[in-house]
Amino acid sequence: MLELFRQFALELKASGINLTILYDAFDFERFVSGLATTCALVVLCTFFSILIGAAGATVLGLSRGPAAMLVCAYVALIRNTPLLVQMYFFYFAVGSLMPVGQNAIGLPVPMIGNFTWAVIALSLYAGAFNVETFRSGIGAVHGSYEEAALALGYSRFKAFRYVVAPLGLRFSFASLANNLVDLTKATTVAYAIGVAELLYVSNQIWSDSLNTFEMMNVMLAIYLLLTGIVVWIIGRAQRAMRLPGFGVN
Amino acid sequence: MRTEIEGRDLVSLKGVHKAFGSFEVLRGVELGVAKGEVAAIIGPSGSGKSTILRTINGLTPVDHGVIQLGDITVTDPKVDKVALRHRVGMVFQQYNLFPHKTVLENVAMAPIQVLKEPRKDVEERARNLLAGMRLTEKALAYPGELSGGQQQRVAIARALCMQPEVILFDEVTAALDPEMVKEVLSAVRKVAEDGMTCILVTHEMRFAREAANRVFFTDKGVIVEQGEPKAFFANPQDPRTKEFLDKVL
Repeated sequence: MLELFRQFALELKASGINLTILYDAFDFERFVSGLATTCALVVLCTFFSILIGAAGATVLGLSRGPAAMLVCAYVALIRNTPLLVQMYFFYFAVGSLMPVGQNAIGLPVPMIGNFTWAVIALSLYAGAFNVETFRSGIGAVHGSYEEAALALGYSRFKAFRYVVAPLGLRFSFASLANNLVDLTKATTVAYAIGVAELLYVSNQIWSDSLNTFEMMNVMLAIYLLLTGIVVWIIGRAQRAMRLPGFGVN
Repeated sequence: MRTEIEGRDLVSLKGVHKAFGSFEVLRGVELGVAKGEVAAIIGPSGSGKSTILRTINGLTPVDHGVIQLGDITVTDPKVDKVALRHRVGMVFQQYNLFPHKTVLENVAMAPIQVLKEPRKDVEERARNLLAGMRLTEKALAYPGELSGGQQQRVAIARALCMQPEVILFDEVTAALDPEMVKEVLSAVRKVAEDGMTCILVTHEMRFAREAANRVFFTDKGVIVEQGEPKAFFANPQDPRTKEFLDKVL
């Protein structure tokens, strides 16, 4: 099977389409490890950004005090500055203040590596958008539901936890899908701080094999596939949480 | 005609004032309802009927005046909200059932989550209440799958499941088709006949006449007139009451 694949790739090469990742073991490994890094970035940052979004929207939903102002400031800061600048800021500015360890031969090694910084920067980036997504979802829940919960003795926090938030989540899916698709594509910015994700390894491959055109097409196809998977998963979650007679389907 | 509030009243409002912005909704409401009594509050739109109800369970805080429910002073800023809402149930015009919970969960969730009663006992009670509302086979349906009349009966069961001393009914038939009004009114009447203290805001004059022990007429934020339904409807004293009854009867 694999051998057939290799044969096909070599025939393609003979006809002028040089997909080294299909027949060259070294390029194949580089490519797969880049893809795995990209997938890890997507999964980790999706998880943390949803956590940040939920926490921020909860604060905004329940308080008007200093905590809410802090969340608003965070959202404003992240939304109004370029992601690349944020990535550089974390890696070069904040990173330079972090403790440095030493490796076996005595060279300095940062305690927080570039992959971790990329996860932090991307999670904060997508998290800010998710705060707004969940906040607007919660805002779409009619006040009468909270009122009914309060009339049954629920505290504002419990009413939020058991009634308002679960309903608000259902209004958030369309916008959440947007944010997570954007996050998936934004993982390429990690390239800028040397994270060996898909774009980084592809650049290495086309620099070595001079197959820029082919690799560009592969990249487009892979990102299309990844965003497709993200949209599909969110669609599944949305359908699983669909409610009869509740108008957000 | 009973003019002064007696000591035996379970619910009493004295000199209750409430303004929304510059609009004075309640301008010195005096009202008393004894245990086991069924009180109907009628009056033109915007006269403050619903606001009176909402002040009794503390959903709307008052500007001044005293509201007493048994030994609980509702208007005390440090009132125990859980204890208050345990003793006062409320049924809303738009039902306000939680669309993400089944009928049984809607009825049982507050006693379990708020009053911390054992799930088994509460669910048994909830099933009995649903049976009393002729909704046994709907226990596992979602509110969105029920008719308006069925939803409102679930809402009544939900209020009853908290085992309150008083239930407030806020125009509970106003959103219903004519044929469903009857089934809901008979459910309300059943609750009243079982000895529950009921305070209902209603536009159903016939129901007020037949089911209530006492009728209160509100206009422009005060109780203009009150009395036994027979005398009240046959021989209203205040010109404003006369004018209103001429319009609606």
